[in-house]
Amino acid sequence: MVGECGDEERGGVVQELIDRALDAAQRAGASYADVRVVERRSEELKLKNGELEAASSSLSEGFGVRLLVEGAWGFSSSSLLEPGEAERVAREAAEIARASRLAQREPVVLDQTPAVVASYRTPVEEDPFGVGLDQKLAILVEADAAIARVAGVAIRNASMGFERERKTFASTEGSRIEQEIVESGAGIEATAVDATEVQARSYPNSWGGQFVTGGFEAIRAMRLADHGQEIAEQAVALLQAPQCPSGEMTLVLDATQVALQLHESCGHPTELDRVLGTEASYAGTSFLTTDKLGQFRYGSELVNIDADATAPGGLGTFGYDDEGVPAQRSALVEGGVLSGYLTSRETAPTIGRQSMGSARAWSWNLIPLIRMTNINLRPGEAGGLDDLIADTKDGIFMSTNKSWSIDDRRLNFQFGDQVGWLIRDGKLGEMVRNPTYTGITPQFWGSCDAIGSASAYTIWGIPNCGKGEPGQVGHVGHGAAPARFRNVKVGVGRW
Amino acid sequence: MVATRDEVDELLDAAMAHSTAEQTEVLYFGEDSALTRFANSQIHQNVRQHDRSVQVRVVDRQRIGVASTNRLDEAGLRDVVQSAVSIAERSAPNPQAAVLPTMASPPAAEGSGYVAATAEADPEQRAAGARAVIAAGVAQRLIVSGSFSNGSSTLAVSNSHGVRARQRTTRASLLTVMLDSYESGAASGYAQAGSTDIGSIDAEAVGVEAADKAVRSRGATELEPGEYEVVLEEYAVATILEYLAYIGFSALAYEEGRSFMELGERVMGENVTIWDDGSDATGLPSPIDFEGVAKQRVDLIHDGIATAVVHDAATAARAGTNSTGHALPAPNTWGPMPLNLFMRPGDSTREQLLSGMQRGIWVTRFHYVNPVHPKKAILTGMTKDGTFLVEHGQIVRPVINFRFTQSMPEAFSSVLALTADTKLLPGEYIGGYRVPAVRLGRFNFTGASMRERAGEDGGP
Repeated sequence: MVGECGDEERGGVVQELIDRALDAAQRAGASYADVRVVERRSEELKLKNGELEAASSSLSEGFGVRLLVEGAWGFSSSSLLEPGEAERVAREAAEIARASRLAQREPVVLDQTPAVVASYRTPVEEDPFGVGLDQKLAILVEADAAIARVAGVAIRNASMGFERERKTFASTEGSRIEQEIVESGAGIEATAVDATEVQARSYPNSWGGQFVTGGFEAIRAMRLADHGQEIAEQAVALLQAPQCPSGEMTLVLDATQVALQLHESCGHPTELDRVLGTEASYAGTSFLTTDKLGQFRYGSELVNIDADATAPGGLGTFGYDDEGVPAQRSALVEGGVLSGYLTSRETAPTIGRQSMGSARAWSWNLIPLIRMTNINLRPGEAGGLDDLIADTKDGIFMSTNKSWSIDDRRLNFQFGDQVGWLIRDGKLGEMVRNPTYTGITPQFWGSCDAIGSASAYTIWGIPNCGKGEPGQVGHVGHGAAPARFRNVKVGVGRW
Repeated sequence: MVATRDEVDELLDAAMAHSTAEQTEVLYFGEDSALTRFANSQIHQNVRQHDRSVQVRVVDRQRIGVASTNRLDEAGLRDVVQSAVSIAERSAPNPQAAVLPTMASPPAAEGSGYVAATAEADPEQRAAGARAVIAAGVAQRLIVSGSFSNGSSTLAVSNSHGVRARQRTTRASLLTVMLDSYESGAASGYAQAGSTDIGSIDAEAVGVEAADKAVRSRGATELEPGEYEVVLEEYAVATILEYLAYIGFSALAYEEGRSFMELGERVMGENVTIWDDGSDATGLPSPIDFEGVAKQRVDLIHDGIATAVVHDAATAARAGTNSTGHALPAPNTWGPMPLNLFMRPGDSTREQLLSGMQRGIWVTRFHYVNPVHPKKAILTGMTKDGTFLVEHGQIVRPVINFRFTQSMPEAFSSVLALTADTKLLPGEYIGGYRVPAVRLGRFNFTGASMRERAGEDGGP
């Protein structure tokens, strides 16, 4: 919605800025430099209790110069897209790199990723920025009305958001990559409140719903209004539901919770920068140390996990990462055994590999870090959710994440979900509220004895992954089907 | 790239002049910050950013539109205002939120949170701090990681009701985590210092504190989870306050019945008093909010009684009161939030906190905390960087990190002692917390991490 300069005009500005920045970086002593020029537009709509509580658009643009001087990193950035500023920022980055050398033990060595001249654009059927506000509002209003028809709901939320990122990457090695990534997301939530409880149900997922790379067609396909009544009735019913029992049980998780389980207990611990200790001061390290590569039993033989930045529609799907490495699919766990890591050009050589392309920066003013792409659990053969439950004599089914926490090595985790149902003789029984479960990562995945089939598989987008200092937000995806785990501790804490 | 006061005023006025709406608010935010990060006992990331942006909120016939941009030339300002107006024109009315502040609040004391040396610190100064911390750890054969950051920011707000406010603040933070290996159950220590004045940060002291903690946590062994007495260091206390602010101290959470706060009722022990004060120079001041309203001191918990929640313009209008100056940036659906929290100290020394403790746990800090049940303020998370068993008033050994799942009002109803000294700790992005260390009568540990052993627990 913010006015745009023409593509040709912008292209000229960007080219001069890149040329001046890379030239200034080399004159300042850089042995390697790259420039990212980024323009991100976003739009957000939030309807609360039938009223439009947020309608906003934003534009953020700028560029960052990252360079190596005598093997030490420096980075600076600016929102002023002017050639003179590009030179100043490049020189500043070189000064910062020289300061890095004051406390450096080993010089940085990058892998031999070849230079690339290419472009990529998210396939979009219906440009979300071309869809009128009235059409978007109509979808939210209809969904809100469906929730409102159920008595007892205290808070109704319906939201959607869109992003379009245009970025140009260029390096002193000769790479020049243009990308346009488009994201769309939406969701609804019903919350019921009484004197002691607050209970919410969401669709298609909690924390804002489902997010994909793609256009407005993804929003239409969600059919939000069709699910308003069901989540509203469940939220109200949860107020009267008994507390989740405590004990060791067979646990069936819906695909959305499997997605977050993958995120916390596989995605993060396979980030090679964490493994190598470079995130120790913030989010922690990882139990998946490099001596375990190729031999550590991470999960049962059913467990196969890939990082796949090429998966259509995944929120972690792109053409090239922010070091110019092509998007690719790479196995992290094969037959339950640790087989790979998420890597960057700096970290991959430490395990004798080339980067598999997962260095991503949230914005023009931040450096690329190793981030998840789409971390996907390959589907199994257990059919759909109904088949999994029918195949379970006794246990508990939990759906839709409510809380999450995991230790600094990614071993001890605890999740809470919006709703649970006890399973008795292959059927869903009593609804329970505040369900939680906890475990140790390799024990938990080792107890996985059934994974849903491809027909029950979806790539769920997570738009709020935090990492790094200064903090960065990551948009990542997780392909998952419902899955079953044995002997899991559920119902944690005093209620 | 730091904008002068005149430049900021010109931007605000230029944007305002483009608006045709009934009510218009223009917010300017400028940031110039840098961060040096170290790991494996060397600097590995070193970054700087310069950014300036303008956000426009318009209200027209109770319809709201918000747009922001960091393209600040004449065309960019015109476009962002037109965008906000266009959104408002096509929006549905929202009388509940269509409120811009009109109160003539006393102007905040500009500059109380600004120290030029912090704004101007260079990468060599940060590298020197990193080297001091690294040296303290390496001397104890530890692997040192951390970050040293400094920066300045300017927030200025102008609206068509005549509200005009501005603040310039600086902030410096040095933190470190020291480990003796990357294996599960490894020794670890932590320390952090934050200030508006980078010159007051003693890097060597930060390094020594973390190294000492890490050395004392060598050889941690498992201990059965359960309910224990605890001592929570200031780092852990600040994290609890951060989450109570997030889930419970907001007028919106209270209005919607989501908060644990029951105004006028006892919700914590009578020795617990918590307040927010964005102007207190002993904190990390941010004297105005994102609607340009001067922050009032708000006593949230007084002698254990829930006494108030914080307001922005919209919640204040619905409650028939005035904004307390705790608005977040629009469009904000989460409600107001206190960002400058203080907890009243007691009269104990740290050593006295242990006095008479038969069996308990000393917690340095928490990791990855999240709400499990906001209304009961049940949080879960892990202990980190120094967890110790206490017996008969003495720390006797380090233990493997625990997981807790605990109602915080319940825990803070059992405060047995608080230190006389307090520590200032920066919030993750803005504001900060000045808190004592506390001893609690009960705290529920519901699980533990593990020390890996070859051949066990999924090993090869």
